[in-house]
Amino acid sequence: MHDLAFAVNGEQRSLQVEPRELLIDVLRNQLGLTGTKRSCDVQVCGACTVLVDGQPTSACSTLAVEADGCAVQTIEGLAKDGRMDRIQQAFLDHGALQCGFCTPGFVMAVHALLTQHEKPDDATIRHYLHGNICRCTGYVKIIEAVKSLV
Amino acid sequence: MLLRRFDLHKPETLPALFDLLDRHGEEASVLAGGTELLIALKARVLHYPHLISLKAIAGLADIVDAGDCISIGALATHDAIARHPLVCRYLPGYAALSDNIANIRVRCAGTLGGNLCFAEPHADPPAMLAALGARLRLQSATGSRECAMADFIHGDFETDRQPGEILTAILVPKPVSGHRAAYRCYGASHRPVAGGAAAITMDEAGKCSAAAFWIGAVCGRPVALEQAALGVIGMDRAEIAQALPALIAPEIEALEASDDNHGAGDYKRHLAQTMLLRAAQAANTVAA
Repeated sequence: MHDLAFAVNGEQRSLQVEPRELLIDVLRNQLGLTGTKRSCDVQVCGACTVLVDGQPTSACSTLAVEADGCAVQTIEGLAKDGRMDRIQQAFLDHGALQCGFCTPGFVMAVHALLTQHEKPDDATIRHYLHGNICRCTGYVKIIEAVKSLV
Repeated sequence: MLLRRFDLHKPETLPALFDLLDRHGEEASVLAGGTELLIALKARVLHYPHLISLKAIAGLADIVDAGDCISIGALATHDAIARHPLVCRYLPGYAALSDNIANIRVRCAGTLGGNLCFAEPHADPPAMLAALGARLRLQSATGSRECAMADFIHGDFETDRQPGEILTAILVPKPVSGHRAAYRCYGASHRPVAGGAAAITMDEAGKCSAAAFWIGAVCGRPVALEQAALGVIGMDRAEIAQALPALIAPEIEALEASDDNHGAGDYKRHLAQTMLLRAAQAANTVAA
């Protein structure tokens, strides 16, 4: 077993994990943070996107021990005092979701995008979100939601 | 899927790494970014009782000016490479390639060294690095050696890396005056089905003095279009543009493109031709 000490949504957590355990399973099964979704399991769809030290990361294909000493942000960490953050609110305002399964991953990816690019143009937004897949709504409303924040 | 059990080692120095490689031999695999290896371990097509992470070894991700070349540490991620000022300045075609690999999560985690050593044939970097004349630095407990990128990949998932060796750096020559390189690829589901890399050097009289054309992803290793590259020597830009489709046709026709779930062989040859011509068109222009 390996020690895993990391900050999850600003809260310090200490666990013991096997090397083979994946970040998504620790988040969902041990910490109860089920907002992070498993879908393709091969780093293609983006549903499991979380931020590790600010970097967009596929939690399904990351060893949990590799997050030792890191700051991990998940969808659960965004709302404050019962109020959604501005990215979540923009998705709601623009109807940028249908079934919602891909939405946590999209929102976390947009978080990283807007941290790296203060005013991304259309091409930058589309390029950055190219690896997040939505099978319900298409992408028009998602792009509109992001553009409303720029 | 749950991975099979393994021990994870995190050496902090190269001697400690080489000791682990020696001790565990074929029971161990090196772990870099994990974007390829973890997928294979999850699918249980591979299993190693020992994984040796390289991430705690200082300096392996550095990108530095090494005089006549840019030295890219094997652990540099595609995203770090795409945004590095030295790469953007000296190797803009390669920076563009790095910025288009798979998706942002793979680019942030995946390393160039891991990509090359895993040698998944559906990859972007090998063909372009071969066209750029890159050399790979391999180190072991007994010393270090260099291998040309053109010779490094032997076939599907097979490389020139020997037991006990690790790839530490990719050395990409700085371009000479008049050199321009570009890469174009077509792919579905985040891997290239076919890629074309072109590097063209024009002399002061406006004639081509050197060229390299490489096809990637269609078979187990990148393939040089050697006759076409020789054929454009001495031509001006307009002549290259006019002659290239016919010049590359025989070597494209001879590509050993395999039928797989990325497409049929003849379809891949068609894509390879199209991607190479697009890359050559981009390389056959005056730098902006």
